[in-house]
Amino acid sequence: MSYAIEMRHIRKEFPGIVANDNITLQVEEGEIHALFGENGAGKSTLMNILFGLYQPDQGELYVHGKKAVINDPNDATRLGIGMVHQHFMLIDKFTVAENIILGREPKKHGLLDMAKAVKIVKELSEKYGLDVDPYQKVEDITVGMQQRVEILKTLYRGSDILIFDEPTAVLTPIEIKELIVIMKRLVSEGKSIILITHKLKEIFEACDRCTVIRRGKNIDTMSISETNPSDLASMMVGRKIHVQVNDAPYDPKEKVLEIEHLNVLDSRKVNVIKDLHLSVHGGEILGIAGVDGNGQTELIEAIAGLRKVKEGTIKLNGQDITNQKTRKIVEAGLGYIPEDRQKHGLVLDFTIGENMVLQTYYKKPYAESGVLKNKVITKKAEQLIQEFDIRTPSEKTLARSLSGGNQQKVIVAREVDRSPQLLIAAQPTRGLDIGAIEFIHGKLLDEKKKGKAVLLVSFELDEILHLSDRIAVIYEGNIIDIVNPKETDENELGLLMAGRKKGGAES
Amino acid sequence: MNRLLKKVDWINLLIPVVSVVLGLLCGAIIMLIIGYNPLLAYQSIVESIFLQPYYGGETIRAMIPLVLAGLAVAFAFRTGLFNIGVEGQLMAGWLASVACAIIFGHLPKVVLLPLSILAGGAAGALWGYIPGLLKAKFKVHEVISTIMMNYIALYSTAYIIKNFLYTEGERTPTIPHAASLASPFLANLTQGSRLHWGFIVAIIAVLAMWFILWKTPKGYELRAVGFSPDASKYAGMNVSRNIILSLTISGVFAGLGGAMEGLGTYQYMTINSAFTGIGFNGIAVALLGLNTPVGVLLSGALFAGLQTGGLTMQSVAGVPVELIQIIIALIIFFVGSGYVIKWALGRLSRKGHK
Ligand SMILES: Nc1ncnc2c1ncn2[C@@H]1O[C@H](COP(=O)(O)OP(=O)(O)OP(=O)(O)O)[C@@H](O)[C@H]1O
Ligand SMILES: [Mg+2]
Repeated sequence: MSYAIEMRHIRKEFPGIVANDNITLQVEEGEIHALFGENGAGKSTLMNILFGLYQPDQGELYVHGKKAVINDPNDATRLGIGMVHQHFMLIDKFTVAENIILGREPKKHGLLDMAKAVKIVKELSEKYGLDVDPYQKVEDITVGMQQRVEILKTLYRGSDILIFDEPTAVLTPIEIKELIVIMKRLVSEGKSIILITHKLKEIFEACDRCTVIRRGKNIDTMSISETNPSDLASMMVGRKIHVQVNDAPYDPKEKVLEIEHLNVLDSRKVNVIKDLHLSVHGGEILGIAGVDGNGQTELIEAIAGLRKVKEGTIKLNGQDITNQKTRKIVEAGLGYIPEDRQKHGLVLDFTIGENMVLQTYYKKPYAESGVLKNKVITKKAEQLIQEFDIRTPSEKTLARSLSGGNQQKVIVAREVDRSPQLLIAAQPTRGLDIGAIEFIHGKLLDEKKKGKAVLLVSFELDEILHLSDRIAVIYEGNIIDIVNPKETDENELGLLMAGRKKGGAES
Repeated sequence: MNRLLKKVDWINLLIPVVSVVLGLLCGAIIMLIIGYNPLLAYQSIVESIFLQPYYGGETIRAMIPLVLAGLAVAFAFRTGLFNIGVEGQLMAGWLASVACAIIFGHLPKVVLLPLSILAGGAAGALWGYIPGLLKAKFKVHEVISTIMMNYIALYSTAYIIKNFLYTEGERTPTIPHAASLASPFLANLTQGSRLHWGFIVAIIAVLAMWFILWKTPKGYELRAVGFSPDASKYAGMNVSRNIILSLTISGVFAGLGGAMEGLGTYQYMTINSAFTGIGFNGIAVALLGLNTPVGVLLSGALFAGLQTGGLTMQSVAGVPVELIQIIIALIIFFVGSGYVIKWALGRLSRKGHK
């Protein structure tokens, strides 16, 4: 039997780094094959080679047993290979339907046939259970839907080999479940899937076989039925992983963040935060649990001065910061790990070093009498690269060419290192490997121990339950309950997040 | 590892070089087709610039406003903006410097010369500030507003000259000595070219762009906003203010370019019925120079050399001087299609490996 995909002895070098070193990957027809490895191990690079975005320095490709040369994504598409990228490649200003048909537009009398396009999109989306609204602009839809658009895009092009590069990193738990169902449906229709993920649970739920790579090298390929999560994890990092637990005593200090009667409008002028009250104390991690789209983003943006507050007050360290400029709020003691790392957290065309001082570049010791102290910045960056294990050839590397997880580490390093009074961490471990997640968790716990306040927003209930001292459940723009993580579980949280108050009564 | 690093940089640097070579090559083919000797033509350009002091001097003279205009475009571009209004900013600067020189003509040189130069820079700044403000406050795209500002500059300078500073010959009076950048010394050195002290201003401007953008916190901020307004906003920077600042500084470079013409080359300003073209050439200079200060200096030299040398080309090889414009256009075309060149170079080097 031939493989759907066979990549033999692939080598790919980037300036200063060997991203793929003699990697062999064999994907059987009709299977879901997991590609597992640390941040920067070379997974995306390998898949970009398969999709024709990069050319390998060495090695060969076989598609359905036939030797293939893939010079660009068009070649890949012709061979039936489709890819959903780690960072989506959609055009913000275009509608969902326009994005899907882009490059292969249905035509009538030589003109674009939009009606047909919408019809095709609707048919496809029904067939595979991928719910999207063809008319909405991509900039207005959630990441979950953006991802479904990406998947539809590949299906529209008739791909039978699908590459999913960390599709679940940006999804909510419910969306992840749905995605796994979709993937299984696709496989049952004879498609083959390569899935990159850092979450063991998903591998064991969805995949048939798994290939582990570490630092650009093949470690092993095995059947999922023949392995177990902890073996796989240690195979990936090459050592045992210590789970970080929130064992420091809960000893809340004075209020660092105090929100009262908060009302905020979203971009469509709908009241998304309704009379919300919340406070976070020094020395505690407050987790916010909630289904995506219940006002989490707007709440954070309002605190950070990025979105106008319609009514109510926000105080940081007793100082009124309502509708203040972001710069002022940052100087008053706010640190912020934003949800969308590439758009909001990094200047991708800046070096790592430049990104490390994004809020502090104008202050001592990074600038003195109007001149940047590049040496000091370099030194700081090098120290953080070391401390946070950011995999990069040097501090002069552009943030753009870092692997996804390492980009995230740059942001976390920058924010944690400033040790702000209030640290807002929105999906702080998104896209990180197991080892890195534990490391970041440790850092957040350190902040708590130092007496700082941490506001943690995450769709990973595990993470919330694990780290929080208190959990605030947000539902339709309101905190409907605050629970003690020791006295609750995923089920109860799930119900609360769906708007049911404790005791079963619907709110 | 080091070898690899270099390889990547080389490809980016090679694009302008390859473009120039291709442009000259195509120019040569065109000359052959219409029956001229390209070797003779190019030889005459090179010889005149490097062996005849007059043409050498004129080349540097032509370089001065070109480099400043190029810096203006490059500076804005580095901060994510397209300043198509260099032409207008340059005219505004030109008139302001000349007007200042005439109005305050009684002042001594140590005061009047710097003052007139500054007036030019300030007028350019104002001409850049307005589209910056429009963009920041009302989201008017800077390409549109800067183009409009060009026309406003063209006609309002004409109006002002006609009504307030008019003298025979459809121009302003000549500026007093005390405001002049011209130098008998430099002219003698170059056998009577119009070379003036403005080249020092151009060199300072090159250094200033580099210093502002890469050595100051403000420059850091401007670049950040240029690359990613979103991330900059999240980091607490004021995006609107940076847009205004960027176009204002860009306007200063352009205005200084105009002042160099007014106080150096011509010593007056004529009533222009059409654009000078310097501002538009600045776009090409910036593009070819990869929007870097040193690149702008080099490409400014190249364009100035071609333009000046073109005159001898006509007299020696008989090639019409317009051909130079075609060659310049071809070079720009090739730089613009840099992606194709990059791709071709990539292909070639991969072939070489196998
Ligand atoms: N375009 C590029 N230029 C330079 N280096 C790159 C480029 N793309 C990737 N790299 C480097 O290659 C290595 C592998 O990156 P890759 O993106 O394949 O990692 P990954 O396994 O997908 O990691 P993650 O789980 O964090 O997404 C990293 O060290 C990265 O910095
Ligand atoms: Mg990746």
